[in-house]
Amino acid sequence: MRRFLLIAVPYAWLLVLFLVPFLIVLKISLSDAALARPPYTPHFEWAEGVWAFFSQLDFENFVFLTSDSLYWKAYLGSLQIALISTVFTLLIGYPIAYGMARAPEEWRPTLMMLVILPFWTSFLIRVYAWMGILSKEGFLNQFLLWSGIINEPLVILNTNTAVYIGIVYTYLPFMILPVYAALDRMDGSLIEAAEDLGCSRLTAFWLVTIPLSRNGIVAGCFLVFIPAMGEFVIPSLLGGSRTLMIGKVLWEEFFSNRDWPVASAVAVVLLLILIVPIMLFQRNQQKQAEAEQ
Amino acid sequence: MRLSWFNVVSLTFGFVFLYLPMIILVIYSFNKSKLVTVWAGFSTKWYGELLQNEAFLNAAWVTLKVAVISSTFATILGTMAAYVLVRSGRFFGRTLFSGMIYAPLVMPEVITGLSLLLLFIGIGMDRGVMTVVLAHTTFSMCYVSVVVSSRLFTFDQSLEEAALDLGCSPAQAFRLVTLPIIAPAVISGWLLAFTLSLDDLVIATFTTGPSATTLPIKIYSAVRLGVSPEINALSTLMIAVVTIGVILASLVSKRNVANKRREELAAVRAE
Repeated sequence: MRRFLLIAVPYAWLLVLFLVPFLIVLKISLSDAALARPPYTPHFEWAEGVWAFFSQLDFENFVFLTSDSLYWKAYLGSLQIALISTVFTLLIGYPIAYGMARAPEEWRPTLMMLVILPFWTSFLIRVYAWMGILSKEGFLNQFLLWSGIINEPLVILNTNTAVYIGIVYTYLPFMILPVYAALDRMDGSLIEAAEDLGCSRLTAFWLVTIPLSRNGIVAGCFLVFIPAMGEFVIPSLLGGSRTLMIGKVLWEEFFSNRDWPVASAVAVVLLLILIVPIMLFQRNQQKQAEAEQ
Repeated sequence: MRLSWFNVVSLTFGFVFLYLPMIILVIYSFNKSKLVTVWAGFSTKWYGELLQNEAFLNAAWVTLKVAVISSTFATILGTMAAYVLVRSGRFFGRTLFSGMIYAPLVMPEVITGLSLLLLFIGIGMDRGVMTVVLAHTTFSMCYVSVVVSSRLFTFDQSLEEAALDLGCSPAQAFRLVTLPIIAPAVISGWLLAFTLSLDDLVIATFTTGPSATTLPIKIYSAVRLGVSPEINALSTLMIAVVTIGVILASLVSKRNVANKRREELAAVRAE
């Protein structure tokens, strides 16, 4: 009885507040928009049986997504921004993680804390901090004008460049931590062996260090890519009207246009796109857990 | 190990990149001028104005309330879920259960928020503090259960078995043996849930009603209009609280580790 309760309570909670809401999204994505409260008319009733359910499925919202270029441009925009920022996060995060793993033992806990600290700090505030830096009168422009590198202030805020900077900045700890964990576990004598056997430092790094930190790299990339795909706060604060990201489109579809069925269809498609990377991520984590045992 | 110049440079640049934006934010919260980017002398007037801004204070109170309640529920539910995942062996629907634990961790917030809002509307629930608490509890419990289950995995199960052999009931064994061992993970789970709740904008915006505006929602609507020194002051206070919290936590855990090492040494010597 006790075991039953132990399983049933969290199980029921997640069923009601995680799984059922999804089914509702799925259901509404197959409904028609209406000027009512709630603003949609469901296309089917569960009571009518399985056959009626399937015969009433209505994909017009999904067809609508393919017919309006706004949506696929937003999906592609998100994909592009997420991919490029993941690459930059890796290029910036890897040397930091590498430096941490090579740092003297007694520094490492402090360095670790310095990486984790921003993670505990409000996400919104970290994005906001960049608004003051990147704006036309911001610190970056002030600095560049003062140092004579540019004569005209650069327009960075409200462009895609600002979105890239924002994503790289806020997700950097997610890249550093798994890569550092992988590098920290690595046996340093392997590098020495490679160098003794005639590898240059760079070849040893390329042939030994990179492959051995592969799991960390993969985990870090997914931890950046997956949330960046659905990101809303960064494009809405740092991006401009021409920044098309699907999280922002979904938000506007829901709050401004009040078209719930289309917003739900946008969510369903986003999830379908993310299922592949999510599965790959889970498999990578599982493999790593097995390798450790 | 010796640090090469390359490592020194990448560490320096990395940490400057991570911290400079926040340092600038903090410095300019003490700026006299309303223009955030022009320094006009030291002043604490924005902190004074902040403390008189009723809307922000209310929002802060709502946020704190939501965070304390939701992280407490999330810790209880998450610890239960972790125990089920690690110890309950096979049961009907186990795959679905672990899927539901891990999925919210990677789910885009816009989707979680949208789906919960549609649920609350579907069952005709008034939106307010209560619905935000339910939403936050749901996604935080998954984080808690990941943190707690990693501790449960590494712990020596024979300790529990010994307690049962010596006549403890399962509940007693949990309270007297398991809980003290996993306590650090449970506490860090609670802290994680607490900060996730404090920080959340997207899910709160979807699930809240007009009666419950949280601090991130308030900050977001102010920030959309541009940079303001009052928000800088508020951000500084939040950064200060987090920094103090993290430093205290690391000092406590360092002391615990040192104590444990001392005890182990004493035990070895006693033999």
